[in-house]
Amino acid sequence: MKRPEWIPAILSIAVFALFWYLSKDFRDIPYLISNTTILAETGLMAIGMTLIIIAGNIDLSVGSILVLTACLMPKLAGHASAPVAILIAVLLGAVMGGINGIIITKAKLPSFLVTLATMAIYRGIAKAMLQADSAEVAPNVKGLDRLSLLGMPYPLVIFLVFALVIGLVLHRKVLGRWLFGIGTNSEAARYAGFPVDRATITAFAVSGALIGIAAFCMDSRLGVARPDMAPGIELQAITIVVAGGTAISGGKGTMVGTLLSWLLMYFVTTGMGVMNIKAEYQLTIIGLILIVSVFGQQVATSIASHRLPKPTKLSTKP
Amino acid sequence: MKWRELGLLAVVIVLCVACTMKDRNFIDPHNIDSILLWMPLLLTAAIGQFPVIVIRGIDISIGSIIGLSAIAVGVLLKSHPDLGVPMLFAIGATIGLILGILNGALITYAKIPAVVTTIGTLTLFRGLTYMVCGGDQIDASLVPDRLTVLAHSGITVREVTVSWLLIFALLLGIITALLARFSQFFGNVFAYGSNPSAAYLRGISPNKVQMACYALSGLTGGIAGVMFLSRFGNASPASAGSGFELLVIASVAIGGVKITGGSGSTLGVVLGCALLAVINVALVVLKVPADYQTLVYGLTILIALLIDALSRGVKKQGAAA
Repeated sequence: MKRPEWIPAILSIAVFALFWYLSKDFRDIPYLISNTTILAETGLMAIGMTLIIIAGNIDLSVGSILVLTACLMPKLAGHASAPVAILIAVLLGAVMGGINGIIITKAKLPSFLVTLATMAIYRGIAKAMLQADSAEVAPNVKGLDRLSLLGMPYPLVIFLVFALVIGLVLHRKVLGRWLFGIGTNSEAARYAGFPVDRATITAFAVSGALIGIAAFCMDSRLGVARPDMAPGIELQAITIVVAGGTAISGGKGTMVGTLLSWLLMYFVTTGMGVMNIKAEYQLTIIGLILIVSVFGQQVATSIASHRLPKPTKLSTKP
Repeated sequence: MKWRELGLLAVVIVLCVACTMKDRNFIDPHNIDSILLWMPLLLTAAIGQFPVIVIRGIDISIGSIIGLSAIAVGVLLKSHPDLGVPMLFAIGATIGLILGILNGALITYAKIPAVVTTIGTLTLFRGLTYMVCGGDQIDASLVPDRLTVLAHSGITVREVTVSWLLIFALLLGIITALLARFSQFFGNVFAYGSNPSAAYLRGISPNKVQMACYALSGLTGGIAGVMFLSRFGNASPASAGSGFELLVIASVAIGGVKITGGSGSTLGVVLGCALLAVINVALVVLKVPADYQTLVYGLTILIALLIDALSRGVKKQGAAA
C-alpha cells in the first residue's frame, strides 16, 4: 500500500454518498459548510497529533490541554483584545505540550504513561480551579465561528491554513525529516546526529500551541468554558490521524492523509448527528473506526511484505 | 520486602499519622472501615493489570470492563432474581474474560498497539454497556441483599470490619503472589517483560504470554464489576467504573511495577492500592473538595513514574562507577 491516503479519500466519498441517500437533512451544502466549526477544533488537534505519532509517540492528554487552556484563557485574558487572548491560549497550550515532551525525553519514560498522568493532571487542575463553576468568556472574543472568509467559517480557514503550513514543515523542512527519522528508529536517529530530544519536545510544544488555538476557537464558539467539556476528544483526534494512514508505530504518514481523514470523520459525525444517533454511541463508533483502521493498516503492510519483488532478469550475455 | 515496599509502607504510615494529627477522627473505626471498603475493587482490578504492565503493555479499557460486567450482571438479575452469589461472580468473571480475550486478540494477532486497542475498546465496551441495559440504571431494588451484604459484613475486630470482599481480594492477592514466585506462567511473564526477544529465543511464545495477560486483566475486571454491584448496590451505564482505569494504573505504578518491564511484586501492588485508599479517604477527612481527586491521582502516577526514572538513572551511574 504505497499511498494509504486513498483509503480515507474513497471512504469519505462513500460515507458522503451514503448519508446523502439516507437523510434529507444531510442534503444541505450551506449547513455542511457552516457545521465544520466544531470539528475544525478537533482537526487542529489532529495536525499536532500527526507530528507526535510520526515521531513514534502518542499524546493522550490533548483533550485535557484543550479544556485547561479553554478554562484558563478567559481568566487570564479578562477583557483583553482578541489577539492578546489568542497569544495567551497559544502560550498556555505550548507550555503544557512542552512539559509533556520534556518529561518524556528527559526522564526517558513511555509517552502513553506520561500523557495518561498529565491527562488527569491538566483536567484535574481545571476541575480544582473551577469546581462546579464555569469560566465566562469576554464578549469581544465571542462569535468567531459566525464570521466567514471566502464563504467558509473562520475556524475552518484557520484549520486549513495550519494544515498547509505544518504539512509543508513536515514534508519539506528539516524538522520533518528529523521527526520521520526518530519515528523510524530513534536510536539510529540519535547516532545520525539528529537532535532527538529537541525535535520531540518541539513536536509536543507545536501540538500544544495548535491546541491553544483550538481552545480559543472553542471558547469563542461556546462563550463559556467548563472543566467537563469535550469528553473523548483525544480519541477522535488520534482516530483522525491513524485513519489517515499515519503508522501508529511511527515513521510513516502524511498531512494530506490527516486532512482527508478529517473529511471522513466530518461526514461520519455530521451524518450521525443528522440521523439522531446518541452521543454515547457516536463515541463507540469512533472507537470502532480507530481499531478497524489500524487493523486495516496492519493487514495492508503484512500483504505488502509478503509480496515478493519481481525477479530481475539476469543477463546471460557476457 | 525490598526498599520500594518498605518505602511505600512508610509513606502509608506517615500519611495516616499526619492525618490523625490533623484530625483525631481519622483513626475512627468508621473511617478505617471506609478505607478498607475502598480497597477490594481497586485491588482486584490492579492484580489483573500487574502482569500487563510487567510485559510493558497497558489496559486502559479496564474501567469499561468493570462497568459492562456490573451492568450485564444487573440486567441478568432482572430476569433471574434468584441466582446464587458464586454464580454471579462466575458470570461476571466470564464476561470480563471474554472482553479481555478480545483485547488480547487485537493486540497479539492483529498487532495493534495496546494503548490504541484499549483506548478504542474503552469506548466500545462503554457503548456495549448502554446497549445491554438500553440506557437504564440498575436500581438498588434489583441487587439482592445476599450480594450487598458481602461489602458490609465480614470479620470484625474491635469495631473495625474487614469485609468479605476485601478478604476475597486479599486471597486473590496471595494466590497471585504465590503464582508470581512459583509458577511457570509468571516466570514467562517476567522473562518476556524484561526482554521480549531473549524470551522468544528461550522458547517462550510471545503470543501466548500477551494473550494470557490481557485475558487475566479482563477476568479480574469482570470480578471487580460484580464487586462494584455489591459495594454500591446500584450501577448506571454512564458512571459505573468510569475513570477507574486511572486509579488501577496509578496503584500498579505506585506499587513499583517497573514500566520498563520485567519487574514488580504483588506486595507492592497491594501497598499501592492501600496508599491510594488512604489518600482518597484522607482527602475527605481533610475536607479537600472532591474536585481535586483527578488532579491527585494524576500527580501520584507522575510521581511514581519519575521515582522510577530517577532510580533507573542512579542504578546506571552506579553501574558505570
